[in-house]
Amino acid sequence: MTELTAKSPCDGLLPLTIGSVSCSETVFDAITSVAPYAGEAEWVSSALRGQIGAEFPAPNRATGTAHNRAVWSGRDQALVLGPRLAEIPGAAMTDQTDAWACVALDGAGARDVLARLVPVDLRDHAFSQGHAARTLIGHMTCVLMRTGENRYGIMVFRSMARTLAHDLRLAMEAVDARR
Amino acid sequence: MRIHCPICGERDRREFYYKGAAAAAERPDPQADAATWNDFVHLRDNPAGVTRDLWYHEAGCAAWIVVTRNTATHEVLGAVLAEDRA
Amino acid sequence: MRVAGRGLIDRSRSVPFTFDGVRYAGFAGDTLASALLANDVRLVGRSFKYHRPRGILTAGSEEPNALVTVGVGGRQDPNVRATMQELFEGLEVRSQNRWPSLGFDLMSVSDLAAPFLGAGFYYKTFMWPRAFWEKLYEPVIRRAAGLGALSRQHNTDVYEKAFAFCDLLVIGSGPAGLMAALTAARAGADVILAEEDSRFGGRLLAEVEEVDGQPGADWAGGVIAELEAMPNVRLMPRTTVTGAYDNGTYGALERVGHHRRRRPHLPLECFWRIVAKQTVLAAGALERPVAFRNNDRPGIMTAGAVRTYLNRWGVSPGRAMTVFGTNDSAHRTARDLVDAGVHVAALIDSRHDAPASDAFPVIRGGQVCGSQGRQGLESITVRRPSGEERIQTDCLAMSGGWNPSVHLTCHTGARPVWREDLLAFVPAENAVPGLTPAGACNGEFSTAGCLRDGRAAAARALTALERPVPEAGLPVAEDDPYRTDRLWAVAGKGRAWLDFQNDVTVKDVKQAAVENFRSVEHMKRFTTQGMATDQGKNSNIAALAVLADATGREIAETGTTTYRPPYSPVSIAALGAGGQGDGFAPERLTTSHAATVEMDAPMIEAGLWYRPSFFRRQGEKTWRQSCDREVNMVRRSVGVCDVSTLGKIDLQGPDAGAFLDFVYTNTFSTLKVGRTRYGLMLREDGHVMDDGTTARLGDNHYVMTTTTAAAGEVMRHLEFVHQCHCPQMNVRFISVTEQWAQFAVAGPKARELLGRILDDPLVPGDWPFMACGAVSVQDVPGRLFRISFSGEHAYELALPACYGDALFRQLVSGAEALGGGAYGMEALNVMRIEKGFITHAEIHGRVTAFDIGMQRMVSQKKDCIGKTMSERPGLMDRGRARLVGLKPVGAVKLITAGAHLYDREADPVRQNHQGYVTSNCFSPTLDGVLALAFLQRGPERLGEVVKSVDHVRGIETLCEVVDPVFFDPEGGRVRD
Repeated sequence: MTELTAKSPCDGLLPLTIGSVSCSETVFDAITSVAPYAGEAEWVSSALRGQIGAEFPAPNRATGTAHNRAVWSGRDQALVLGPRLAEIPGAAMTDQTDAWACVALDGAGARDVLARLVPVDLRDHAFSQGHAARTLIGHMTCVLMRTGENRYGIMVFRSMARTLAHDLRLAMEAVDARR
Repeated sequence: MRIHCPICGERDRREFYYKGAAAAAERPDPQADAATWNDFVHLRDNPAGVTRDLWYHEAGCAAWIVVTRNTATHEVLGAVLAEDRA
Repeated sequence: MRVAGRGLIDRSRSVPFTFDGVRYAGFAGDTLASALLANDVRLVGRSFKYHRPRGILTAGSEEPNALVTVGVGGRQDPNVRATMQELFEGLEVRSQNRWPSLGFDLMSVSDLAAPFLGAGFYYKTFMWPRAFWEKLYEPVIRRAAGLGALSRQHNTDVYEKAFAFCDLLVIGSGPAGLMAALTAARAGADVILAEEDSRFGGRLLAEVEEVDGQPGADWAGGVIAELEAMPNVRLMPRTTVTGAYDNGTYGALERVGHHRRRRPHLPLECFWRIVAKQTVLAAGALERPVAFRNNDRPGIMTAGAVRTYLNRWGVSPGRAMTVFGTNDSAHRTARDLVDAGVHVAALIDSRHDAPASDAFPVIRGGQVCGSQGRQGLESITVRRPSGEERIQTDCLAMSGGWNPSVHLTCHTGARPVWREDLLAFVPAENAVPGLTPAGACNGEFSTAGCLRDGRAAAARALTALERPVPEAGLPVAEDDPYRTDRLWAVAGKGRAWLDFQNDVTVKDVKQAAVENFRSVEHMKRFTTQGMATDQGKNSNIAALAVLADATGREIAETGTTTYRPPYSPVSIAALGAGGQGDGFAPERLTTSHAATVEMDAPMIEAGLWYRPSFFRRQGEKTWRQSCDREVNMVRRSVGVCDVSTLGKIDLQGPDAGAFLDFVYTNTFSTLKVGRTRYGLMLREDGHVMDDGTTARLGDNHYVMTTTTAAAGEVMRHLEFVHQCHCPQMNVRFISVTEQWAQFAVAGPKARELLGRILDDPLVPGDWPFMACGAVSVQDVPGRLFRISFSGEHAYELALPACYGDALFRQLVSGAEALGGGAYGMEALNVMRIEKGFITHAEIHGRVTAFDIGMQRMVSQKKDCIGKTMSERPGLMDRGRARLVGLKPVGAVKLITAGAHLYDREADPVRQNHQGYVTSNCFSPTLDGVLALAFLQRGPERLGEVVKSVDHVRGIETLCEVVDPVFFDPEGGRVRD
């Protein structure tokens, strides 16, 4: 029996650097969806703090640090990026580790690249570090978060990894060609 | 067109799926008479003026919202979560 | 000719270019138009309909005449306005709509036929016989009339689109726009300044009047330098705001690469969606030509344009100039020309009280009533009370007054307002919410007035933005009043042009009135005035004034046509940027995609997903050979198929079961943990929405599957039902489609194959039909479902998607070792038809549970979405078309999907229609053609012979009506 080897969603697609912007895959040990049941939000938040040191994020926000992050992903729902979580009573949880292609877009001009693809206001005061959004990137729904001055995290469904890499490459090329 | 999602804030129309008049949320009792059900499923007003619609923030937070807008001026007057609607 | 000492061009940098193959040179900073005029090229194009020689009329984006083709092959760009094309080294330009050459155009015979070709000519002449229109008349007319041509090659240029956001969008950078931008930027607002030109400054670049004691261009340069240094300002040159849309959204076309040599990846254009909280429209005004006989000759231009060429580019379009006007703009042109040392033969002013000049002769109360010259202007005829005279001239500058560019204020439905004192339309109050017009587009024509108005508009925007308005003085500038004479068209015989681009004359508009096309909208469509790419920028007002005269009405009463986006032409490529090729739609690829492609399987699209059609093996020449083999393989040994594309929704919570009971017709709260059940979902109108299996993994934990096609729709539906109908239900759901790579393993040897893959052997009694539970593969935890879409003993095995590729390869090689292998969509489809399983070919949105024989699945013990309406008598009527199977029984053995059903002896016409075929296949298992169909009273007609008629393909087949489950009706194989 041959060994069951794992492949990451962006295997063979990334990294990619064009001009000052680079794009690379981020692989987390686990991605877990956490959806508190009615009335359980506070309890779930404190349980989460116990496990990853960060609270359940408010809408349009992410909490925590690079590999212990919780990003708001929709109504009553967050994705915890990092360690595998223990069960949290009071929350519906699903394993989403393999469901997402996670990409970091980094470098001066990263925001210009996103402005080609994302229809939300990314100006500093509207989308600063710690901010997150469910929105579109090209034709794909995504989770977008700002993780640094010139650094963004992008998550799309795993099956669309190739399209994400394609769309980002075209936008990166076009932005770079203007310089 | 811009819609103010009560959860995500103001977003472009392209993030939303449009269902139709907010009447679709007011489901009658299953035992209600045929006329009531017919009204619920099929009959819609077509106002030149203020209307309430159901929109789904499909590319956003997945909230169903009731948007009040004016079909004559295209003004968007407000939006509430469908689950919080009056 | 070039004039010394003037212009904002860099005379140290010569820029060579070609026009119709001839080499010329201009200077850095030139447009194609200014460079052509500097080289004394006056004939630039041929007109649309009559092929009349045409030159350059304007100096801006409104140019109707000087349209050229730039580039060759896939990069050929037709109908480029010479006034907008910046010069760069190596620019290759060709003229259009001429054959064989611009100077000698055979098609210009149509000008001789002009008396017959007036407005309405085509409509009236080519009416009969009707069939000739498409086959003969239209092609011939289209060949004769037209502008630039497409290359008919794939466009290889790059286009992009982008989004931008700001507090204040300022459209236009003349004195009003600059003042607005500066005021708002100093107040700290986020400002975008969009300017159509390559250079900021608007008319300040074209006039000699000073601002604050400096040349206007210098003052503009100073303001731009200040704005450029501010982090809250974004300057967007070469960007035309083309449309105003709802809620502060604007469309804008940026010309990114047109002004330079092609560079890899550099977009040619970028289409911006700009969202602005407030907007100041400072779009300026467009000068109107005056209609007189033969006013379209090369060398006749607008007076403001002549001034622009002179002051901005150091070019005089003529050596013996004349000027004709109704207002002081004409005088400025004459003055600047004389100051530059150009001979001005005369200024003809229609006003009897026009100002005099000692620098040039002024003919007061005069009118230009005609022009002469072969391919360019040689002389004009001037009429005055004392009689007519000819004046030799090679360039006439004309000004009929100025039209404020109100376009964007009308894009959301407002109508402009007529101002009799200006003889022009101005924007209505609050025409676009959040937009304030300022300067010339608002009817304010002096420089000082524009500066004032720009500042006031910014103050209004700042107040709306709740920002303080900074105190600041206004620069000193000319504040001359604007006064124009009412002269739209000079009386007289012959053709006087209104719409240069569509060749519409004063006579055509009058003809429209005669034929009772009195509404301006009807006149427009009858004459085509204003329907060319300039959208009537140069002609709309004059045309409706002529119409008003002809119909005895006031202009205000006559009204304007509707202004719609875009303000100036936008290429489809820019609007659809990113949508070519792989950018057309996301491609969803399964984890088995690479392995599948390696196996030479052609892929088909299923929604956004790509799935294998069949797996071609050596020696197989047709898809049928592969498909038949795959079906036999599954029925005899074992097959493997990627089913990850089916939607998978994880539902958890104390009310998960109750919620499922509400969205499905049947009951799930009673399902045992570790079991799976088929479910049917209705729309509220009682028709079938989707179907699939749902497994119960724990007391409060279910996983629902949806069809591939309806996954998004079902998710939306579940959210709707939960949020709108039962928010009190404590349930949470999320898509887990992408988390799992899931493979069907089907066939008599399925258990054997899985036994070799799974860590623990499958104990038969533990895994009855419809069981589900946890398994592991090399210690990776997964899920196993004993479900079947083939009618065989089958499972679906799910592992986290990162192992999908490896698992698929193992399953396939394991299956091959057992005499099986991978199978694709074709085989999957054949097997489900053999079993009478439905897909969206059957549940296409108009069928009920009753129609597909599943009415018993609509539980009578509970309510569910769609239940009430599904019980309407009409939806349960015996006479409805209901699901049956069909087998050919006559000589013709082919049944096609989409064919219609009739009684055997009936005429195959609509009135006799009895039903239709939804799916068909060749069944290798049963060695014949099978079809699923909906037939009126179908289940009552088993054994009857009906006729299937495919009108499109011309196939008529006699079919026996049979039960839709063709194969193994007892279901023994699936349970074994």
